[in-house]
Amino acid sequence: MNVMYFAWVRERIGVPFEDVQTTAETVSDLVAELSAREDRYAAAFADVSALRVALDQELADFSAPLAGVREVAFFPPMTGG
Amino acid sequence: MSVRVQDVAFDAGAELNAFSTGDGVGAIVSFTGIVRDTDGALAAMEIEHYSGMTERAIQAIVDDAMARWKLQDVLVIHRFGRLVAGAPIMMVATKSAHRADAFAAADFLMDYLKSRAPFWKKETTADGSTWVAAKDVDEDALSRW
Repeated sequence: MNVMYFAWVRERIGVPFEDVQTTAETVSDLVAELSAREDRYAAAFADVSALRVALDQELADFSAPLAGVREVAFFPPMTGG
Repeated sequence: MSVRVQDVAFDAGAELNAFSTGDGVGAIVSFTGIVRDTDGALAAMEIEHYSGMTERAIQAIVDDAMARWKLQDVLVIHRFGRLVAGAPIMMVATKSAHRADAFAAADFLMDYLKSRAPFWKKETTADGSTWVAAKDVDEDALSRW
């Protein structure tokens, strides 16, 4: 699936998006899997309470299932307006 | 209704004049957000957004406002990219027969655009760049609705 990162999450991980092959069942599982891969992910995901996630461009919870999802995005709380 | 997410500058006055026409119009409320430079140190503000989700999220907020209040039209413009102090970042305008609906809807739109539209602001000064943190007060404001 396509995994996207925005703002300081993007800077910490080092890429704006990437294709990730995973069998993770939920967002939290994906976070744990990525964090175990490399330190840059662990650093970005150290405090998920400071992060938001969108599944196919809709805000979701970290407990949400990933079945059928094509695009996952991680980012800090939004600062529009 | 019109939702525009763009990197180019816009003229808030001209936009408002163009929006303020039509049959049965009784009230127009508008808000324009400007890049603020509180202590004269801001070199630039960079606004990042999630193309695709941004338009969807704003449209959903506008649809919600149209369902809650009697509105004739809504305009939302939000810029992204590099902006300098004093530049308009975004504007919201609502059109209604009466002011109460126009005021409430504009207030609602701003509260939701702050915390539910995927934009992130980065401020650059001589000391470097920092991401603007979301404020609890902005998140708490959503509970008003």
